[in-house]
Amino acid sequence: MRPPPHAGLLLAACIGPLLVLVPILTILFEAVRIAPADASDLLFRPLVGQLLDNTVTLVAASTVSAALVGTAAAWCVERTRLPGRRAWAVLVAVPLAIPPFVTSYAWVSLSNDLQDFGGALLVVTSAYYPLVYLPVAATLRGMDPALEETARALGCSPARCFWRVVLPQLRPSLLGGMLLVALNALVEFGAFSLLRYRTFTTEIYAEYRTGFAGPGAALLAAVLVVGCLALLAGEAILRGRTRYARVGRFTRRPATLLRLGWTLAPVLAGLSLLVALTIGVPVGMVLYWLTQPGSAASSPVTATLAGLLSATFASVGFGLAAAGLTVALAIPLGFLAARHPGRAVMALERTSFLAQGVPGIVVALALVSIAVQVLRPLYQSAGLLVVAYAILFLPLALVGVRAAFAQAQRGLDEAARSLGLAWPEVFRRVLLPVAGPGLGAAAALVFVSTVTELTTTLLLSPIGTRTLATEVWVDTSTLAFAAAAPYAALMVTLSLLSTWLLVRRFGAGVAA
Amino acid sequence: MTSRNRQRPACGRRAVMLGATLAALLLPATLSAAETLTLYSGQHEQTVDQLVEAFQKQTGIVVKVHSGEGPELANQLLTEGTASAADVYFTENSPELQLLAEHGLLAPVDAATLAQVPARFNSPQGQWLGVLARQNVLAYNEAKLEAASLPTSVLDLAALAWKGRVGIAPSDGDFLPLVSAVIAVKGEDGALAWLRGLQHNAQNFDDDEGVVAAVDRGAVATGIVNNYYWERLREQNGAHGMHSAIHEFAPGDVGALVNVSGAAVLKTSRHKGAAQRFLAFLVSAPTQAALGRSNITFEYPLRPGVAANPALTPLARLSPPEIGWDKLGDDSQAVALLRKAGLL
Repeated sequence: MRPPPHAGLLLAACIGPLLVLVPILTILFEAVRIAPADASDLLFRPLVGQLLDNTVTLVAASTVSAALVGTAAAWCVERTRLPGRRAWAVLVAVPLAIPPFVTSYAWVSLSNDLQDFGGALLVVTSAYYPLVYLPVAATLRGMDPALEETARALGCSPARCFWRVVLPQLRPSLLGGMLLVALNALVEFGAFSLLRYRTFTTEIYAEYRTGFAGPGAALLAAVLVVGCLALLAGEAILRGRTRYARVGRFTRRPATLLRLGWTLAPVLAGLSLLVALTIGVPVGMVLYWLTQPGSAASSPVTATLAGLLSATFASVGFGLAAAGLTVALAIPLGFLAARHPGRAVMALERTSFLAQGVPGIVVALALVSIAVQVLRPLYQSAGLLVVAYAILFLPLALVGVRAAFAQAQRGLDEAARSLGLAWPEVFRRVLLPVAGPGLGAAAALVFVSTVTELTTTLLLSPIGTRTLATEVWVDTSTLAFAAAAPYAALMVTLSLLSTWLLVRRFGAGVAA
Repeated sequence: MTSRNRQRPACGRRAVMLGATLAALLLPATLSAAETLTLYSGQHEQTVDQLVEAFQKQTGIVVKVHSGEGPELANQLLTEGTASAADVYFTENSPELQLLAEHGLLAPVDAATLAQVPARFNSPQGQWLGVLARQNVLAYNEAKLEAASLPTSVLDLAALAWKGRVGIAPSDGDFLPLVSAVIAVKGEDGALAWLRGLQHNAQNFDDDEGVVAAVDRGAVATGIVNNYYWERLREQNGAHGMHSAIHEFAPGDVGALVNVSGAAVLKTSRHKGAAQRFLAFLVSAPTQAALGRSNITFEYPLRPGVAANPALTPLARLSPPEIGWDKLGDDSQAVALLRKAGLL
């Protein structure tokens, strides 16, 4: 017998999902409101076809290449007697903490030839392959080796064994990771813009620059949202199926690690190359440009100490505010999801996860439209930007918050309640101490994501406010690489440091 | 901080308070000033930062800057309408100012200020003030092309021979006036044919900075840009580090269009006095002289008797096509054609 959830709690849990619906509905509404003739002119112009082609090609190619790189890296790290396995396991996951537009800046400033498709594929793959690596590595770790051993004993070659026994078990995590890569490639903006590769997101921004939040931008945004939601639906269906694919929890031992023998050298070389390309180049180029003098003529934002401090202050401030608000929104829903899972709660949870399919540029555009038309006092305020972050990162927070509450035993708060403590007290004195670390991890994730977020920040920053991300952007988009370096260095340091603390404190699982 | 500086409707007070609390936490401390101007600027941030600093020092008036692309800001001002926070709009090109004038959003500029600049650089109705000017040119990579093989007219770049050898930035605010000028000279059909040719030939970039950098490193042979982007790149790379040069189109060619960077006071401004002072400051002798000397803007100061940067062809020697500001339009036609041609 479960007591029904507190009505106030249920109400509070609705706020986050409702906020997530706001940009989606706004953009769709704006797109529908355009006169059909104008809409078809806007939608069926030559450029849209080219954008569709560019976007689909890149999403498909980067998904496949990230799958190959991620799976290969996971296999080497988890299943072979690689020297320094633990160090490799961390290094291969690190690129996730480097914002793609910094990676892009590094490559663009390294070589002139990296433009267009090739460059875009390289940057997306190196920025997002950890999204495949992490789940695949986790599955490899948890897999029962007995199946493989049986297959080998029955005469399967190692390659055949991988193909017929390991890969089918990897399928759910592999496909899940690939869909995440596809989703991220679809909503990426800064990296492509620097590489001059035109996709829907870069074109929405171009529309914004020539016409503010006009019908052209809204229509392209609606198309993009529909694409993202379709991918998301694909992922949800897939996740639903994973249940059947899961291997039972019987006793198992860790897999025997493969001796590399003569392949050791090529494997080490491959992993070193991967780390050099994905971490070495971004970090190295930022460090290189730090030592180069910049000219005021072509550097929109020359780095002064005061400028650096105020941008850092702004970034950290927004990060903290966003972390606070997002986790606050996620707490009631996460608590209900852990304690009272039911249809209504599940619907709310799923609605929140829709945010994964709404690109930052769309959230920003929608919020600008709403604020300028209806919520004038919020227009151009820092508060609106924080709300935008909360919408974007609610899914991230929700996963962590729910896990945190799931770990706190139900009996604890029930006992506290029966002993006469009021709800706020139960939360403060019982739940918070138990679930605290998990909530902290969720907040830290939101913080990192906010500090490295570009698109929304670019469109919604209050007048006069510049953050680390927007400073890097302003300089790199005008190719003032030296001027961008200090801001980029600070941002990457902040991101790496927080991620490192997060992983140290809460274990590698959280970063996934 | 917003709530102190502006009158807000009472209904949104709590939201403002919330925003203000966050803002106070995040924004640099500019609270103490008596008067604050809000400037929407499509001009280069380096230039504006310097101007704002000098103005602040001179008058004690604090200027808050909202930077963006010119057309974006103009459309933003249209959307915001009467409740805009903006006092002054300072942008790189005249069509954006014309757009706002057409919609009746601009207050007349003080006659005394207008008189500081030759009338042909100002709005004919006195709605906006010309501050600086620049020239459309073709940047070309010296290793890839001989100067002799360069076209006399910007219209030639639509010819098949230029396939893959032209860089443009169709979504840069500086490109739109050129399209408008071609419309004014060649008519809509002629302009569309030209743009279709460019669409076939050109590599597209986000902005003129991208075009000029690509030309210099040889990624594309030529690029249509405003002259100062090249000068700025030279300032960054040093004269010896340049692999490109500037080609001027023939006198009177539509490609030799001169773009005017202008400023205006918003009709809804609540600080009109300070806003007019800012405009007067922009065309005052010391400011214009400093802009002319600056190795940052490389634009032509418009006040008579103020010398431009010696690196530039003197303004008097340029021969742009004769197209009035009214005829140059408000970008809307240009955007529509760019879309039709598949460039936007």
